[in-house]
Amino acid sequence: MTEAQIIPLRPRHGQHRTTTPIDSAPAPEERDDWEQQLADLLAFLRRRATGDYEVDEFGFDRELTENLFLPPLRPLYQKWFRVETIGIHNVPSEGGALVVANHSGTLPLDALMTALALHDEHPSGRHLRMLGADLVFRLPLIGTLARKAGHTLACNPDAERLLSSGELVGVWPEGFKGIGKPFRDRYKLQRFGRGGFVSAALRTGVPIVPCSIVGAEEIYPMIGDIKPLARLLGFPYFPVTPFFPLFGLLGAVPLPSKWYIEFGEPVSTADYEPGAADDPMLVFNLTDQVRETIQQTLYRLLTQRRNTFLG
Amino acid sequence: MAPRIVLVTGVSRFLGGHLAARLAANPEIERVLGVDTVPPSRDLRRRMGRTEFVRADIRNPLIAKIILRAGVDTVVHTSVTASPAGPRSATKEMNVIGTMQLLAACQKSPQVSKFIVKSTAAVYGASSRDPAMFTENMGPKDLPSSGYAKDAVEVEGYVRGFARRRPDVAVSTLRFANVVGPRIDTLLTRYFALPVVPTVLGYDARVQLLHSEDALAVLERATLNHLPGVYNVGGDGVLMLSQAIRRAGRVPLPVPAMAVQPVGRLFRSARLVDLSPEQVRFLNFGRVVDNTRLKTEFGFTPRWTTRQAFDDYVHGRALRPLVGPEHITAMERGILDAVTRIR
Repeated sequence: MTEAQIIPLRPRHGQHRTTTPIDSAPAPEERDDWEQQLADLLAFLRRRATGDYEVDEFGFDRELTENLFLPPLRPLYQKWFRVETIGIHNVPSEGGALVVANHSGTLPLDALMTALALHDEHPSGRHLRMLGADLVFRLPLIGTLARKAGHTLACNPDAERLLSSGELVGVWPEGFKGIGKPFRDRYKLQRFGRGGFVSAALRTGVPIVPCSIVGAEEIYPMIGDIKPLARLLGFPYFPVTPFFPLFGLLGAVPLPSKWYIEFGEPVSTADYEPGAADDPMLVFNLTDQVRETIQQTLYRLLTQRRNTFLG
Repeated sequence: MAPRIVLVTGVSRFLGGHLAARLAANPEIERVLGVDTVPPSRDLRRRMGRTEFVRADIRNPLIAKIILRAGVDTVVHTSVTASPAGPRSATKEMNVIGTMQLLAACQKSPQVSKFIVKSTAAVYGASSRDPAMFTENMGPKDLPSSGYAKDAVEVEGYVRGFARRRPDVAVSTLRFANVVGPRIDTLLTRYFALPVVPTVLGYDARVQLLHSEDALAVLERATLNHLPGVYNVGGDGVLMLSQAIRRAGRVPLPVPAMAVQPVGRLFRSARLVDLSPEQVRFLNFGRVVDNTRLKTEFGFTPRWTTRQAFDDYVHGRALRPLVGPEHITAMERGILDAVTRIR
């Protein structure tokens, strides 16, 4: 670890650092490395200033996401929550797949951590394209950032378009019922919407990967909800935690719980008949199956966890 | 069935005029009639060659006589427009009442066998609840409540009614994305030509563009072939609004949402660009249409992507960037050289 760490803008392959020679001057490789990083940074800034970059139809800006959005999340992921991923091999390396996870924690940090886990720990460094609530896209700034990070509105046309173009899509079917539930209901899965995600997976024939996240429930233990304030601001809830809003912004620092993200055995949807997505019974059954898998995994992970903060 | 006698409305504007020019150059077409309320510019008239210009208002029943007497078999309606010369109420009347009269005239004439209308992707509206890409069978999430988009929705409604009443007429509805090009003058080309481009703070729209040459080629193809149906017409790929502004070398001016209305009025009264509420919604959320049907069923692949169309517009207009890319490259090289020297 050097004193001043410069965030690399592009992963460089096949670069080996030789051991530092005995004399005090930095090794030529190290100096070149530093200069190379400056050159990369300047090239990045030039591309941004002249608009010389690509975005896809959803507004996903890969360069911006990898260089600006993901790096600040890394310390949170590695040092604060010490996230451990289990079963990442269950996420296919290529082609469309639908990651379905439990939602909790007042703010959607669980979604951001899952996306970072898949990008950093998966061998093919996959980007998770999440399906968000319409509130996210109605908000100025946040909606724009979400689009640039590759996320889109939770609706069937978008989900199917992403899945059929071979993207990895993330969905949190509990929605606000999950993320905004009181602390006493922690790790109790809420209703899984109307199963729209299952019909999207059935139509495109991609596997569903159940994902269970333990630890996110404790980051902001929600002990109250100021409904009138929430209604005034147009939010689904206004959280009260032991520290927020009592200590102001300081109270908005998440508690450093220890996290586990487990990706379960994928549920294949390719073997069903073409019209299967229009069979409500099948959709309900598959939805229940996925929900049950996540709930059981949560219970198992919880029994294995000895301490909320130490793991 | 190849057209013999073609009538083009809105012939004094870029798309109508150049379409008439292309059709006039086609020896298989007997006559090309061009209709508009104002005569075309001299340059446009020269291009149009043997096109017969009829100065007429399509709101006037006179149009029925022209269609009947000339034995028009193909009508290309390109005069529905967003960028009016006059006040808004006159534009609306021209767009909606004009289309009604034109359709009434076509319904009366037994020779008419093909009707092509230039519509717009604005019929899908623009909102935060939009899907990423609109296909032809999707409707708007928020019905456009005013302005050009509403006109276009109403125009399409009347065209559908006409298609029901005259099932023998092949009706093609072409929903164009925003058209740009080196010579065409639209809301968007004027917007990006501003030295300081107002945007809405905290929003960045996905913008899809169509090159004017592609727009003309699509209109021409629809005129010459039997291709009834509704088609989205837009280039591949998108640009972010901020990215487009940077590519044009302009300076964005993010305006807080509350101040947008006064700033819009300011720009309007200075006759720079019309920032109507509808336009602002578009600048907030943008809009992208799926052109799969255009490629597969209509049989046309746009030659310019959104990015290429925009770059062609920037170069064709000779928009001089405030800070040119060569300056930025020079600056980059300068810093790197300085670092090497210091070392």
